[in-house]
Amino acid sequence: MSAADATLSAPVKGRVGDPFGSAWRRRAPLLPALVFTILITQLPFLVSIYYSFTNLKDKTQSLIPEPTKYVGIENYRAIFNDPFFRQAMYTSVKMTVSAVVLSLIFGTLFALLLDRKFFGQGIVRTLLITPFLLMPVVAALIWKQQMFSSLFGLLDKVLVFFGLNSVAFISDHPLASIVTVLVWQWTPFMMLIMLAGLQSQPSDILEAAGVDGATSFGIFRQLTLPHLRRYLELGALLGSIYIVQAFDAIDVMTGGGPGSTNIPYFVYEESIGGGFRYGSASAYAIVVVVFSIVIATFALRVLSGLLKDEDRA
Amino acid sequence: MIGKRKGSRLGVGESRAMMIGLGLGAWVIGILWIFPVGWTLLTSFKTEQDASAQTFHNGLTLSRYSDVSQSTTGTLSLSTAFTNSLVVVLVSTTIVMLLALPAAYALAIRPVHKWRDVLFFFISTKFLPIVASIFPIYVYAEKWNLIGTRTILIVLYIAINLPLAIWMTRSFFVEVPRELIEAAEIDGTSLFNQLRSVILPIAAPGIAATALLCVIFAWNEYFYAIQLNFAGASTMPQWVIGNVSTRGNFLAKLSAASIIACLPVVLAGWAAQKRMIRGLSMGAIK
Repeated sequence: MSAADATLSAPVKGRVGDPFGSAWRRRAPLLPALVFTILITQLPFLVSIYYSFTNLKDKTQSLIPEPTKYVGIENYRAIFNDPFFRQAMYTSVKMTVSAVVLSLIFGTLFALLLDRKFFGQGIVRTLLITPFLLMPVVAALIWKQQMFSSLFGLLDKVLVFFGLNSVAFISDHPLASIVTVLVWQWTPFMMLIMLAGLQSQPSDILEAAGVDGATSFGIFRQLTLPHLRRYLELGALLGSIYIVQAFDAIDVMTGGGPGSTNIPYFVYEESIGGGFRYGSASAYAIVVVVFSIVIATFALRVLSGLLKDEDRA
Repeated sequence: MIGKRKGSRLGVGESRAMMIGLGLGAWVIGILWIFPVGWTLLTSFKTEQDASAQTFHNGLTLSRYSDVSQSTTGTLSLSTAFTNSLVVVLVSTTIVMLLALPAAYALAIRPVHKWRDVLFFFISTKFLPIVASIFPIYVYAEKWNLIGTRTILIVLYIAINLPLAIWMTRSFFVEVPRELIEAAEIDGTSLFNQLRSVILPIAAPGIAATALLCVIFAWNEYFYAIQLNFAGASTMPQWVIGNVSTRGNFLAKLSAASIIACLPVVLAGWAAQKRMIRGLSMGAIK
């Protein structure tokens, strides 16, 4: 902090392109956060790249890795011959896309319902956001034990009540069960974003449209929907960041059973989850990062659009 | 902002009957959505027989709550897990805010050159899959005897929350009127005093919402906790899971444990719901 203090006492001017001292005076408050982030997120990633070219593994499972050997691109070659990895990739895409799309659709519909005056509006909003605040572990447990379970699940009781056959939801439809829980938790999040979007619409334009005799559906399609586009993009982006990393629900509900292992869970099983093959697991992780970069490039464009809008404002 | 404007948007051209119908529809959806939580709350007050049969023969009782809060030897006790969670969450959130506030200042109030790139760097770390960096962290945590300590969780929770915190606080700082800051600068107020007496009071509600989100994400975090923390520093999610594996399928007990584990964060989230989303939208929403 002493460096920061020293630079702080320098004369204040404050324009980009100022003498060296002033530039560092601006940077000083940023540095602790920047250095921390680089140390904790970038450094391990570089080490991961190194691991991915070795046969680092832990045969004794004593949690202490054994001496390693450089194996070149062998780990990467193995990936593309691994049907389980391809399966996990496919599951990841299906899980993320379906959970994000469904929660966006529900979230938008709920936001439209909430964006009007009615009795108990605040209470209904509170009810709806609660699942988002729950521990993902608890959300998964609630659905597994109380809803889906074939022993004491409510859904089963309802099916039997109506004279239908029981369904073993989690074992027969593992992916759909997990997506259900994800959608249940993330719909409130999407709803809040869409609600904020709806409420940031300039009301004079809407009123003018109403005076001009536009129907409510017409107003929605012509004015509201285009306005909501940015918010839909933001919801999809933030939802994807978190949902693509889904681990808790899978661990609790299926333990990575058939058809429900996504990439994070796959890499986990390959390494600390029991495989202890850090070398090859790192290679898998690096491949995932490459895919993430592709997605992130697109995602950053969305965010960049948001910042530009801010500049104009 | 949410709740500020009471009139309805789509209300233009709608009949009164339709308004009432849609209001009722919202209520039905709200009740359906919270139903699994409500049912779990109800189950937590039942006897185990009633819970597993989903019936109500024996009335309601608080004994499941006293059951889960009593520890059996060899299992993780509620008080240990709660203390661990509390320490990890509070310490990590405090440090996150101490790092994020000056950083946000340098990105919003008196922006550094290329502040946009820096902002993108922070958020890009959120796109990096956790699995891509977990092994080195694991290996080095092992090497430095950090496995099973609160310290390693605190460090990692700072890392996962910092990008979000910087984005959020920046979006709140941008809205602090320039004139106030410039006046303080002319008076020669130091950075610390500017933050304390000019910027923080204005941005306080937003900063509180940011801290709250960090608390929520840290409190609910499970992956790092089980990977790096299977010894004495276990947190609340692990305690809930412990109620599944070690004690069998005692549904009522498990429900009580779930309620205890979620209650603090749910209450805090309810209290701050209006502001939370503003922050989550990363400055896109004004």
